Amino acid sequence: MNEFITGMAGVVAAATPVAVAVIGETFSERSGVINLSANGLIVLTAMVGFATAYTTGVVWLGLLAGFLTGAAAGLLISFSSISLKQSQVAVGFILSMLFRDLAYFLGTPFMVVPGPTVQSLPIPVLKDIPVIGQLFFQQNILVYFCYILITFSYYWIFHTRQGLILRGVGEQPTSAYSRGIDVNRQRYIYTALGAGLIGLAGPMYSLCVKAGWNGTMTGLDGIGWIVLSITIFGGWNPLRGTFGSVLFVFLQWLGLVLQSRWASVPSQVLQVAPFPLMILTLLFVNVGDTEWVTKMLAMLPRSVRGAVYRLIRFLRKPPPASLGVPFERE
Amino acid sequence: MNKNRGLIDFLFRISGIAAALLFTSLVLLVARANPLEAFANIFMGVVSTPIKIADTIVAWVPLILTTCGLVIAFTAGLMNIGIEGQIMLGAIMTTGALRLLQDSGLPPAVIILAGFLAGVAGGVIWALLVGALKFYGGVSEIFAGLGLNFIATALSLWLIFGPWKRAGVASMSGTAPFDAALWLPMFQGFRLSPWSLSLAIISIVVVFILMKFTVVGLRLKAVGKNTRAAIQMGISPSKYMLLSFILCGVFAGLTGAVQVLGVYHRLIPSISSGYGFLGLLVAMLVDYQIIWAVPVALLFAALNIGGIQLPIMMKLDSTLSGVMQSSLVFFFLIMGGVRKKLQRKEEKPSNE
Repeated sequence: MNEFITGMAGVVAAATPVAVAVIGETFSERSGVINLSANGLIVLTAMVGFATAYTTGVVWLGLLAGFLTGAAAGLLISFSSISLKQSQVAVGFILSMLFRDLAYFLGTPFMVVPGPTVQSLPIPVLKDIPVIGQLFFQQNILVYFCYILITFSYYWIFHTRQGLILRGVGEQPTSAYSRGIDVNRQRYIYTALGAGLIGLAGPMYSLCVKAGWNGTMTGLDGIGWIVLSITIFGGWNPLRGTFGSVLFVFLQWLGLVLQSRWASVPSQVLQVAPFPLMILTLLFVNVGDTEWVTKMLAMLPRSVRGAVYRLIRFLRKPPPASLGVPFERE
Repeated sequence: MNKNRGLIDFLFRISGIAAALLFTSLVLLVARANPLEAFANIFMGVVSTPIKIADTIVAWVPLILTTCGLVIAFTAGLMNIGIEGQIMLGAIMTTGALRLLQDSGLPPAVIILAGFLAGVAGGVIWALLVGALKFYGGVSEIFAGLGLNFIATALSLWLIFGPWKRAGVASMSGTAPFDAALWLPMFQGFRLSPWSLSLAIISIVVVFILMKFTVVGLRLKAVGKNTRAAIQMGISPSKYMLLSFILCGVFAGLTGAVQVLGVYHRLIPSISSGYGFLGLLVAMLVDYQIIWAVPVALLFAALNIGGIQLPIMMKLDSTLSGVMQSSLVFFFLIMGGVRKKLQRKEEKPSNE
């Protein structure tokens, strides 16, 4: 039992970078901009953050460097997709490749050297609560930051005027514009902020969860794609997104545990287990929206149909209506 | 006026290349390396010996094949990120067919042909999975494709370390090589096969004709440009999108088959060698015009081959080639955007 709780506390810690990146992507996509570069960006900022912390000896500077690198990347994406009207998918994919190769190329001098790490910081009193204390309050400060970020971002998006503007810009930019809101400025800000948070996830790995930089062996290539799909799974809601992140890391942990139990299953198979799960979850949340399901549902008896519709509406949250569409003042 | 615009377009393209070179030089300076020395090493790594020139063409063939498929998918408005997995499945199926038939006593030519067919089938199956997930499951082709890429990697690793492992020790070097009789015939002394080279050239011609002169090409364009208009014209977008997935899968499968039959002669873990993603970059750079893919893919292949010299000569990581390739596409796109923006500004006053 105690072993299980330790495992779960590890899951909480490992889920924080994922959740922070998912919240970053959520901000960006809520404003209408897809940041498809997340995968390369996390690898790059992991390297930049580690290199900065290693050179200066100050962990905080590493985290800051990650955030700033991310925010700069966000500005680049806004500039090319908002100001220059290039395809967000194309730009994001190209940058994802560029960032990743840049990280591997520039990161060579920092390979396999021991660097500074974020220290654990149990919170007095709270840490002594049985189970809960061990799970949530014997962590490091990044995890506590993540708790605040989750609460704050949820509140910001759904309960403030600023959040209302953000959602309006992503859903109906034309009417937001007619109410005097500078749509593109909002998009610039949230894309940069969101990319900054994604950039924070990099050093959260290299200075904490998976401390160190090991080039292509760092094992962060792929996380960003997972982040993008959890954002969809999370229905562009920080709380659901966090749930998705924890679920994903939990499944990864389960894979590791099962691997030690069943030695006969090749390790490669369990390592990629999250990806078919990713497809299945996306299928699960999206399938209710397809033509053939709609047709089949129409054949169900009335009493059942209502319940099924409610379930589908609960699972499927539609994306921001103007996601990926450049805003034109007409 | 028109001539002038052509010149301006050309200048913008050149400036994209210049910006990419400048950026790469900056990256090299950050890594405390001499940019000129690095570029010279890459260049010499391509042209110094006939073998290296042939190696560049060996890399050009799969890049052209994937680009051929991707241009079709892009035309229909689809981003087939799953192409890496489709190449791998092609390679796996080709290897499977060869393993099944190598002791059957059939003539080698028949076995090789069966390998090609199996490879094509593998690519198409994996592409259709993406298509099915998109049209019947509502999953974006980007995420379906990515997920299937990882699954294909796992499948090939599992085969190499499990059922198909080399007698004695299983290793990252791949399955046991096939008998030389089952290799695609090569030019004397080179790794380059005239068969794969011909395949690439035929593919370019086929795709060029398909896109330029056939009804199918026209309809794919209609679907990609304006789905709603296509529906009004009586074209079923989902049918044509599925068709473009299948065609893209055919080329991906061919790529996998060529890599197994003509280059590695076995299944290795990274059999796709990133040619799928690189093909995506080429397709974006040439704005989906297959003719331009010929020189651009040659340049990208040359960067890949030349980049091998960097770790040997300067102790730099060979991923610099990737930095050059992706920054080239990025700055090209940026410059294209700037050009359009300036032209819009120019045109606006005259319209009013």
